[in-house]
Order: sequence, then structure tokens, then C-alpha cells
Amino acid sequence: MSSIPNTLKYASSHEWARDEGNGIYTVGITEHAQGLLGDMVFVELPDVGDAVTQGDDCAVAESVKAASDIYAPLSGEIVEVNEALADSPELVNSSPYEDGWMFKIKVSDTAELPALLDAAGYKNSIDE
Amino acid sequence: MANQTALHGKHLEAGAKMVDFFGWDMPINYGSQIEEHHAVRRDAGMFDVSHMTIVDLKGASTRAFLRYLLANDVAKLTVPGKALYSGMLNEAGGVIDDLIVYFLQEDFFRLVVNSATREKDLAHINNEAKAFDVTVTERPEFAMIAVQGPNAKAKVATLLSAEQQAAVAGMKPFFGVQAGDLFIATTGYTGEDGYEIALPNGQAADFWQKLLDAGVAPAGLGARDTLRLEAGMNLYGQDMDETVSPLAANMGWTIAWAPQERNFIGRKAIEQHKAEGTFKLVGLVMEQKGVLRHGQRVVVEGGEGEITSGTFSPTLGYSIAMARVPATAGDTAEVDIRGKMVAVKVVKPAFVRMGKKVI
Repeated sequence: MSSIPNTLKYASSHEWARDEGNGIYTVGITEHAQGLLGDMVFVELPDVGDAVTQGDDCAVAESVKAASDIYAPLSGEIVEVNEALADSPELVNSSPYEDGWMFKIKVSDTAELPALLDAAGYKNSIDE
Repeated sequence: MANQTALHGKHLEAGAKMVDFFGWDMPINYGSQIEEHHAVRRDAGMFDVSHMTIVDLKGASTRAFLRYLLANDVAKLTVPGKALYSGMLNEAGGVIDDLIVYFLQEDFFRLVVNSATREKDLAHINNEAKAFDVTVTERPEFAMIAVQGPNAKAKVATLLSAEQQAAVAGMKPFFGVQAGDLFIATTGYTGEDGYEIALPNGQAADFWQKLLDAGVAPAGLGARDTLRLEAGMNLYGQDMDETVSPLAANMGWTIAWAPQERNFIGRKAIEQHKAEGTFKLVGLVMEQKGVLRHGQRVVVEGGEGEITSGTFSPTLGYSIAMARVPATAGDTAEVDIRGKMVAVKVVKPAFVRMGKKVI
């Protein structure tokens, strides 16, 4: 049974989003998702300044097993990406909610927030 | 309900992530596939391969039967214990399965075949064996553990009796010997030194625990796949199957064409394949970011083919693959990775052996 912090919001496509204040949300993938993918070998991140739309693929996580699209959980502008993943993609496995974060979005439309799941909703969606 | 090996409890005890593998509940990894891969290349790792099918063949005509059943020629097996890798073909020259055959006695040979193909293999073997009066006996009462890596043999030796140690002392690659309750063979699917050991199901968990205590790391099917691909070894169902000629699957070396008068199943068909020419199985190397995957389209000089097996190579730190392409292919190719054409090198399909890069 994997960890699903109560403080985060979730997309059913296994991304999490953390409110950092000022409309900025940090995004990564859940512990459950990294477990499904297995050892991460490359993470292809968006560019800072890219505009993303909720539900669009904006990054790729390549594990030994498969390439998996990462979807933007919210619309907005990419303001920062986790450069550490270039040399240490395994951070996504070892620390999915902290050191393994992927990018930060400056959210343009807070009305999208209710579309995300809370921890209990995500837990139900993965049937753990 | 999925089949379970005698080691199922040991996998759960170690916290393995279990997956369905052709009807068997098997460990894909015990935490990190990459660490398990490195353990085998650098030290010693072990795999539960009890799902594989052991088939014993007995009868005075067993050798004659196998000379007809297999594309490789068991006439090469003159010393008891010696093993041979071979394809088992159908009349159309497609590969029903690849297997290892051990010559134990003149009237007793042993086959180890894939688990995913168990039913059709047994049906085919039984059907063809009738004419030779050979008895075909599956041996599900045996578990099988592959212990592989540069320190594998030394670590196994700490578990063996003096008699067993004497039995395996100086044993060359591709031999098997019955030593007490253990059938110990110098075979494997990793490109490293080591053993594959068959033993009674009832002793398997205890033997596995002793190997753990001797410092052998458990490794799952994930690491088994990256290791075999680095070693350039085919995976049945992915790199070849019944629709593929062995000549298009880098198995030409396993076909014994001589003597000309030996008739084996599929011979006529593959003689025609040889005369007409076939695609070939090559290795691909991509040193830039990204991972080559099964099914991706490959463009070479003179045509197109596709990747049969692709992965990230933990030993090399970049992606490698096997691809079936037109024989006209040169030293470079382009792979369609999610709509982007990426240049790759074409090499012989073997990347790492005995811990060393061979490309």
C-alpha cells in the first residue's frame, strides 16, 4: 500500500499537485505510479515558459519498462523544472513527493482545481 | 488462480512485486530492477526459473528422435552431460520454441523449454515421439534456480557437499550433472558465469534461503530481461515465433546443415529461406537520451523493419535493442520514436558479456 499524502491534490492519471502559494503548484507523479513504472531512466521535462493546458501531455517519464506521458494537472505556465532529474531520474522512485518533483506551474485558472481529486478520491481511483 | 512456484512464499517474504507471467505469479523485481541487474554483472544474483518446463525423454531411439525434432544436431553431443541450444521448428520453418537439450545417457536426454509455450511444445513433442517409441515425461516436481554472476559459482560452492563440489569441479560451459539431489548445469540467460540448478520442490525454499545467506541477491524477471538483451540472447515470442525463420532471428548458428542427409522438421523450408534470403536480426545502439522499445519502426538502407526487443541497458547507461531489418541494412539506421526519427548505430546483436562491453 503506497503513501498518498492528504495535503496534495491528484489527477486520476497519477500526477500530484502541491499548492506553494501565489498560484504556483508543484507537480510530480505518485508513489503508486512510480511503482507501476519501475526504475526511472530518463525524464523529459517541458521548457520553462511553456504554456500548458489541463490534461495535455507535457512531460515523458521513461522507465526500464515503458515510456509514460505525464499530463498537466492544471493549466498555466511552466515556471520551473527539476533540473536534478537530468542526472538522477531515480529520484522519482526514491522520493516521488519531494526530491522527485518534476515541474512548477503558475496556474491561470483556479476554477480547474475542483476537477482534481483529494487523497481519498485518488486512493479510490487506484483501488488500493 | 495463477500457478505458483515452490519459491512463491520466499518472493512474498522479500517484498517482491509480483506479476502474471503467462499464467505464473512471478517476481518482476524486489525493489529495483537496475540494482538487481548490477548485482548479477558485478557479484551474484539468482532467479526463480521454476516456471520453465523440464521434459525428460527416454528410449533407445531418443537420439534419432532428437536429430529429427531439432534444427541443431544432437550428434554433436558425445560426452554425457553435454548440452546444446537449438530451435524446434515447424514444417514451415517457423520457430515453435528455443530450448536446451542435455545428453545424459544414450537412452536418456533432458529438454528445458519455455513456460509460455509449454502446452504446444508438449503436444508437438508427444506427437512426433510416437514414431520413435520415446517416452516423454514432464518433471513439474523440480524447482529451478539460476545463480548468475562473476561470484555465483563460488557462492554456490559454499552450499555443496564435498561430493557435489567434486562433481562440478572444472565443468565447462554448457554441461549438466546430477549431483545428489541437485541437477547442476553451467548454463544461463545473462551472459555471465554461473549455474542453473534443478532440485526437488520441497528443498527449493531452503536452498534459496541458504543462497540469500551466502550473499546472493534475488533478481526478478525485469533484470532477467535487461541482462539477456545485453547478452544478445533471444526471447521467444518477442524476437522470434512460429512466423519467423530462424535465419531472420540470428539463429543461423544453431542450425546444423551437415550432414546433408539428416532430415529434420523444417529443413526443406529453411533451405528455401536460405536460398531466397531473409531479413536479419541486428543490434541497435542509441547513445542519446531515450529508450528503444519493442515494435518501433526502423528505417535502414533498402527498407524498413522493426524493433523486436528494446530496453535501457543498465551496464552501458544508454539504450540498446534488437531489430529485424532487411539484409541490405548498413551501419546506421533511424528509429521512429513517438513520431521523431532518431539516428542509431547498427551492430551485431550482443552488447555485454562477462561484465564487459562488447560493442
